[in-house]
Amino acid sequence: MTEDRKLLSLTIDGLTVTVPEGTTILEAARQVGIDIPTICVHEATTANGLCRLCVVDVNGGRLLQPACIVPCQDGMHVETDNARVQTSRRTILEMLNAAVDLSQAPAIQDHMTRYNASPDRFPASARREHPFLDDNPFYVREYSRCILCWRCVQVCAEDAQYVFALTIDSRGFNSHISTAFDISLPESTCVFCGQCVGVCPTGALKPRAEWGLEQGMTAARIQANNRQMRKQLPKRGRSSDEGEG
Amino acid sequence: MVSASHAESLESIISRFAGRGRDALLPALWAIQTASGHINLEAVRALSLALNVPEADIYGVIGFYSMFHDQPTGETIIRVCTSPSCGLAGSDDLLDHVCQRLGVEPGQTTSDGRYTVEETTCLGLCEHAPAALVSQRGVGERSVPSAVDLESILADHSAPYPAVTGSLTHLLLDGIPVDRAQTLAEYGDYSALRRTLNDLMPDEVVAKIQASGLLGRGGAAFPTGLKWEMARRSEEKPHYVICNADESEPGTFKDRVLMELRPHLLLEGLALCAYAIEAEQGYLFIRGEYPLATQRLQQAIDAAVASGYLGDNIMGSGFNFHVEIRRGAGAYICGEETALFEAIEGKRGFPRIKPPYPTRVGLFGKPTVINNVETLCKVPGIINRGGRWFRQWGTDLSTGVKLVSVSGHVSRPGVYEIPLGTPLRQVLTELCGGVTGRLQAVLMGGAAGTFLAPDEIDTPLTFEDLRTVGSTLGSGAIMVFNDSVDLRDVLRRLGAFFQHESCGKCYPCQLGTQRQKEILDRLHAPLPGDRERLTDIGQTMSESSLCGLGQTAAAAVLSAMKRWPHLFE
Ligand SMILES: Cc1cc2nc3c(=O)[nH]c(=O)nc-3n(C[C@H](O)[C@H](O)[C@H](O)COP(=O)(O)O)c2cc1C
Ligand code: SF4
Ligand code: SF4
Ligand code: FES
Repeated sequence: MTEDRKLLSLTIDGLTVTVPEGTTILEAARQVGIDIPTICVHEATTANGLCRLCVVDVNGGRLLQPACIVPCQDGMHVETDNARVQTSRRTILEMLNAAVDLSQAPAIQDHMTRYNASPDRFPASARREHPFLDDNPFYVREYSRCILCWRCVQVCAEDAQYVFALTIDSRGFNSHISTAFDISLPESTCVFCGQCVGVCPTGALKPRAEWGLEQGMTAARIQANNRQMRKQLPKRGRSSDEGEG
Repeated sequence: MVSASHAESLESIISRFAGRGRDALLPALWAIQTASGHINLEAVRALSLALNVPEADIYGVIGFYSMFHDQPTGETIIRVCTSPSCGLAGSDDLLDHVCQRLGVEPGQTTSDGRYTVEETTCLGLCEHAPAALVSQRGVGERSVPSAVDLESILADHSAPYPAVTGSLTHLLLDGIPVDRAQTLAEYGDYSALRRTLNDLMPDEVVAKIQASGLLGRGGAAFPTGLKWEMARRSEEKPHYVICNADESEPGTFKDRVLMELRPHLLLEGLALCAYAIEAEQGYLFIRGEYPLATQRLQQAIDAAVASGYLGDNIMGSGFNFHVEIRRGAGAYICGEETALFEAIEGKRGFPRIKPPYPTRVGLFGKPTVINNVETLCKVPGIINRGGRWFRQWGTDLSTGVKLVSVSGHVSRPGVYEIPLGTPLRQVLTELCGGVTGRLQAVLMGGAAGTFLAPDEIDTPLTFEDLRTVGSTLGSGAIMVFNDSVDLRDVLRRLGAFFQHESCGKCYPCQLGTQRQKEILDRLHAPLPGDRERLTDIGQTMSESSLCGLGQTAAAAVLSAMKRWPHLFE
C-alpha cells in the first residue's frame, strides 16, 4: 500500500531521501545505509522510546529526537551523528554500563566501542544488583543484567500473550521487573511460553538448560534437575495439599 | 488514637468498587491503604477480580506511588519534608529528632507497630517550614505546618493554619478570610457561568480567553485560549477537562492556597472551560499530600451541586457538567499532563510520547484540556470583565497577573499576587518584607528552575525577560537563600529530589538522575572529572529525555555551575 501514501523528501546527513508518509527516521536512514544505533526497539514490541540511544538532531532543535518513533516530515534536516548526538549516546552507554552487567549483551558492547564509551567513566556508582532467581524448570532470571527495555513485560502483556505475569516495580533508577509481590513464576500467572526469554537482549532471562551448560552441568544432570523441579512446582490458586507430586 | 477496627473492611471496599473498571484503581488503593496501612497480596488479588486488572499490574502501580505501601506500616506514618525550603528551616534536625525519639531510622516502623517515619520531598507548605504530613490508619492524612518536635507533629491539628498572602493587584486573594474556605454565599452566584450560559456560545468563551493573552500558569506557559480552541475543534467525543492540582514542584504552594481559600473560584473556572470545549465530565487531580485542600474542594463541589451550579442542566441551561476529585499518591511526575492521565486511568504514572497532544488524544484517548489551578482561577474574571481588562497588567507577551510562592530567607514567606513584569527585587522588598540576612542566591521556578545571582534580581518577572537571562518563571516558585546557606547542600537536596521522582521510563533521566545525585552528594570532596561528568549528564538529560522532568533535572545544577564555578571544584 506504500504507493498510495504521500511521499516526503528530507535530508539525512546531507543525503536526500524520499519516503512514504509514516516512515520513521530510523527506517529512512536504513534505506540509505545510515546505521543509527538502537537498544530498546524491537519488531515484536510497541516502541516506547526508552533507551534514547537512537536520538538524532532534527533541524538543530533544542531537543534531540528518538529516530525509532519520530516520523519523517517533508523538508526535515536530520543529522544522525554530530557532536550533540555523540555526547548523549556516549553518556547514556557509560551510565548504563555503570549500573548493569552488560557482559552478555554484545550488541551494547559494540555500541560502547563505536561511541568511545569508557567502561569506568562513572566510578563509585550504585549498581542495580538483584539476586539470581531459579524458581522454575524453564528459565532463570538474573536481573542484575536487566536494562529495563520492557520487552519481556510487553510480550507477556498486550504485545503477545495477554498473560500479564510481569510488571515494573518501584520507579526511577530503582525500577525493576517483577511478578506481583515477587512471587515465584509458578505462583504467578506465567504460562512458560518462553516469549520473554526470546526477546531479552542481555541474558537477564535465559533458558535453564543454557544456564546449566554455562555452569558446566551435563545435559543429563540438567534434565534430571528440571524433572525434580517440575514435581515440586507450587500450583497457583490451589492449596498446597492439592498440588501434584 | 483511632484503632484499626474502625476502618472499613476489605470486603466492603471491594464491593464498593467492584465492576468500576481500571480507572477506579487509585481510589480503591487509597481506600485500602487508609483502612489497613498497606495493600497486601490478598487485597491485590481481590481487587484484581473486582476491577478486572491483572494482579501484577496492580502491584506495579502500588510500587510507583510513594504513599502506597505493600508492606505493613505503623498505625501512624510520619513524613518529614527535607526539600530545600524545609531544609533551611532545620528539617534534617527534626527528622533526626523524630527518629531518635522513636528509635527508628527513616523508612522504619517502631517495634510496637505504632509509628513509621519517612523522609519526603516538598509537601507544598514551604511558607510554614519545616513541614510534615501524618497519615493515621483508618482516618487519613493531615498536614503539620511549622513542625518543631514529635509532640507538635502528633498534636491535634484541627485548628486551621492561616495562609500568608499579599498583593499588588488585589484580585484573587484580597478581602477574603485566610484561615478558612470562602463559602458559596460569600463567593456569589457563579455570575460568570450564569452570563455565559445565558449569552455566550462556546466559541465566544474561547475568543475571550484568547483576547486576554492568558498563558498557562502550570509552568509551560502555553496559551490557554489556543489550547481550548484546539480541543473544541477536535471531532472525537467526548471531551474532558482536567484541573491539574498536582502541585509538587518544590517551593510551589500557590495552588494549595487558592484551593484552600477559594474553591468556588476554581470550580467556576473549570465549568467555564467545560462549556467552552463542550465537555460534560471533569476531573480535579490533586496531590495526595494536600488533605485540607481536598476536603475543602469536596465540600465546595457538594455545595455547588446542591445549588445547581454543577451537575445536570446547570441553571436551567441544558448544560451538564460533573466534577470528580482524584487523589494522587506521591509522585511529582503525575503533574506532567500525560502522566496525570495515566494516573487517572489507574496506571503507573509514565509520561506518554507527544505528539499526539492532549487536545486530540488525552484522557481515555479523548480530546482533553488540562489546565493548572491558577490558570482556571483567572477565567471567571476574564469572562466577566474581558480580555482588555486582564491585559491592563503585564506585558504584551506575559499578560495579566501572576501568583508567586516565595519561601526561604524573607521576612514573610507566602503567596503574592503581582502584575507580570514586576522586578523580583520589588517582590522581595515590598511584599515579603525583605530578605533576612545578605542575599546569596534565588532559585526561580523550583527544582526544575534555575538560580539567579544577587545582581540579577532587577529582572522583571515575565516569561520573556527571565528567558533572556537563561532562567524561567516556571510555576512562580521563588526560593531565597541568604549567605548563611551552603549552596552545595541545596544542590544535594535538588539532586535527591530528581533521583527520587524520575519515573524511570527513559534512560537519560532514569540513569542520569542517579548519577547526578551521586556526584552532588560528594560536592564537598569531588572526584577528578566530576565537573565534566555533571556537564555531560546535564546535557544528555536536557536534550535526550522523554519528558519535561528529565529535560529540566539538570537545569539548576547547570545554572549554578555558570554562576558559581568554585562550588564544583
Ligand atoms: C515533571 C512535570 C511536573 C509538572 N507538574 C505540574 C503541576 O504540578 N501542576 C501543573 O499545573 N502543571 C504541571 N506541569 C505542567 C503540565 O504538564 C501542563 O503543562 C499544565 O498542567 C498545563 O496547564 P496550564 O497550561 O494551565 O499551565 C508539570 C510538568 C512536568 C514536566
Ligand atoms: S529482563 Fe530482559 S527483556 Fe526484560 S526488561 Fe530486562 S533486559 Fe529487557
Ligand atoms: S524524563 Fe524522567 S520522568 Fe520523564 S519519562 Fe524519562 S525517566 Fe520518566
Ligand atoms: S531505540 Fe529509540 S529509544 Fe530505544
